[in-house]
Amino acid sequence: MKYSYLFFILLCPSLVLSADWLNFRGPQGNGGTSISSITQLSIENKNSWKSELPGRGLSSPILVNGQIFLTASSGPKQETLHILSFSQDNGNLIWDRKFKATGRTICHDKTCVAAPTMVSDGRVVIAQFSSNDIFCLDLKGDLVWLRGLTHDFPNAANGLGMSSSPVISNNVLVAQVENDADSFTTGINLNTGETIWKNIRPKGANWTSPVLLGKGNEQKVALQSLKGISMINPSTGKESWNYQEGASTIPSSTPAGDILLVPSNGLTALKSLPDGHSHTQVWQDNKLGPGTGSPVISGDRFLVINKANVLTCAKIKTGEILWRMRVQGPASGSPVATASHLYFFNEDGLGQIIKLGETEGKVVSTIDLGETILCTPALAQSALFLRSDKHLWKISQD
Amino acid sequence: MNKKLFILSSIFLLLKLYSKSSTSSRELIQPLINIQSQGKGNKEAIEAWPEISQLPPSAIPELLSAMNHANNLGDNWIRAALNKICEQNIKKIPTQEIVNFLKDHSNQGDARHMAFQIIQSYQSLKAKKLIPTFIDDPAPVLRREAVEMVLDQARKTEKEEVKIKLYRKALQKAREVDQIKEASNQLEEAGQEINLTQLMGFLMNWHTIGPFDNTERKGFSIDYSPESNGDLNRKHEGVDGIISWKEFSSTDELGLLDINQQYGEMKEVCAYAQTTFNSKTEQPAHFRIGSKNAWKMWVNGKLLFARDEYHRGKTRIDQFIIEGKLQKGENQILLKICQNEQTQSWTKQWEFNFRITDPSGSAIHSSNLISK
Repeated sequence: MKYSYLFFILLCPSLVLSADWLNFRGPQGNGGTSISSITQLSIENKNSWKSELPGRGLSSPILVNGQIFLTASSGPKQETLHILSFSQDNGNLIWDRKFKATGRTICHDKTCVAAPTMVSDGRVVIAQFSSNDIFCLDLKGDLVWLRGLTHDFPNAANGLGMSSSPVISNNVLVAQVENDADSFTTGINLNTGETIWKNIRPKGANWTSPVLLGKGNEQKVALQSLKGISMINPSTGKESWNYQEGASTIPSSTPAGDILLVPSNGLTALKSLPDGHSHTQVWQDNKLGPGTGSPVISGDRFLVINKANVLTCAKIKTGEILWRMRVQGPASGSPVATASHLYFFNEDGLGQIIKLGETEGKVVSTIDLGETILCTPALAQSALFLRSDKHLWKISQD
Repeated sequence: MNKKLFILSSIFLLLKLYSKSSTSSRELIQPLINIQSQGKGNKEAIEAWPEISQLPPSAIPELLSAMNHANNLGDNWIRAALNKICEQNIKKIPTQEIVNFLKDHSNQGDARHMAFQIIQSYQSLKAKKLIPTFIDDPAPVLRREAVEMVLDQARKTEKEEVKIKLYRKALQKAREVDQIKEASNQLEEAGQEINLTQLMGFLMNWHTIGPFDNTERKGFSIDYSPESNGDLNRKHEGVDGIISWKEFSSTDELGLLDINQQYGEMKEVCAYAQTTFNSKTEQPAHFRIGSKNAWKMWVNGKLLFARDEYHRGKTRIDQFIIEGKLQKGENQILLKICQNEQTQSWTKQWEFNFRITDPSGSAIHSSNLISK
């Protein structure tokens, strides 16, 4: 009886649908998707809706099996942690699970405790917070396990707040808890919440998220820090190869097939070699450095928005710049893209849908949400989901 | 006779059943209390939680009571079970027993707050009536609710005299910084005199010694001689030769001690600050430090906490709250405050504030006002 519940969860086949958006920056962790382009998005469309949120947050929504999962934090010290489920159809709140922060909740005013984006394997959802509390729930909202990494390691905290979004690979949750004082990355058993491995990491505030490279048992996780990239085996935490030319601590790396675009010396493309234990540098361009948001993939091209709000489109394989245009910034979130369009929201809540041509980009429509938007959107077949401190939106094309 | 025997037997059976059920509930909950750091005990908790979350609503007081014995992780496991039980039994929640639990100050503050949150979720009017009773509550999280109600009344009233009276009450009862600041700001705007330094109990008088080397931030980990000898008459070797302890006081209303004023704006250095705090009794205490620099804190020679982080945000009041205890009589407080190599304008500060409170957040004042 007691074990049956756990086994049900663990043995239950994954219910991942092709339209699901299971983690930060989508199915490939690079902001790109194979979903057809949606260009008629409007908050006025009949299937669009807006729902109130019980607390603040910068985390992005994730989409699993018809539900939206999202985090928020509330209370005078943001000490109440919310994990929320909404219906994708109508925006109704399905459940709101509340927990107490066990780690530090002090953050810079611009960010908040609900900064990291949730992740799912289709059976369970994982929520990590800036307090370094981690919760694993099933899709009904029942608790499977929890951890308090600052409870375990009291100096694991960043006075400005943490924002790294965890990833799941080979049934291991990889969580980067990197900061000035007690910096580490840990691999946690997705079934039990127990620590499998813990790697000491470079000391220094780090807001980047790990990304996955490759598939199946050969999949690796790229950890980014001010020192560069450490490519590790998620099952053991052992390093396969590293790149030590330094990297940004804000925008994250972007995987594109077997290439990893690293915000380092502008932008640097790295490629794992077939032996799995070494890499080669494909190209490097100091004109392609991203601002706060991470590079996004669209087919065989990638796009970056720099600190001056210039959007650059370039080829993944060569780094050749195809065109540039100015967008209305500034932005904190990363853009997302289909094969033909880019979806980008600035901090004022102005959404810009940009057609990605061969020689130029063109804004084809805008959406004004009238609220501060700091998150990265999630894309579904016919809609886009995003949140502010107060609201969650579905912006539908019909 | 048979009837009496039947009644007695029934009572005995019921008591036995109750006892068995109660014992088994306690046993069932135990894995959530046993949860330890680093995922230890997770497997047992994972097994137990589904059954615990299906307990009848009559088990709510027992689960709240279990929170008294759980650490913060166990607290969250139990919280999740309580929320589920309440959701499934909205009309059967034993409100009066939960209120009784809430009113019993021998229960832990977080457990009592959870009891309050349950009442608030399902009987909001009853919860609202309870709030004023928290005005002197030992649990800061509950006391805050009552102070907020007073502040809200003050915000809304048009009558200046009533407003001042309400803000005065809020200031007297508040223990959290944002509420204290709001009440004191409003009173000062109304021309009232407020002594925040005294109210919040900032330690204003210290002795400092420095600078010591902190090149490449290595000084943070070096045990310089003041860490092992706190004699204020003893000289030590610093960056610039032999140095001695010097008096250092703050006149800032919120107790900010700007070390740059003592040594000039320096980089890659450390300084120590020491004071003596007289406590009338042995008592649990919260040592509350604010600093945007790396720091270490010792109380009576024991290192309580160390934080190796520089300039991640501003110096705040109660930025770090470290639990410890004061001994009766003199207590030596020693701080090490480090400055790093950064040169940006927002990294010039080399500063701290410090106060001591009881666990409810009430300032504890030293019986001596000037350090030795």
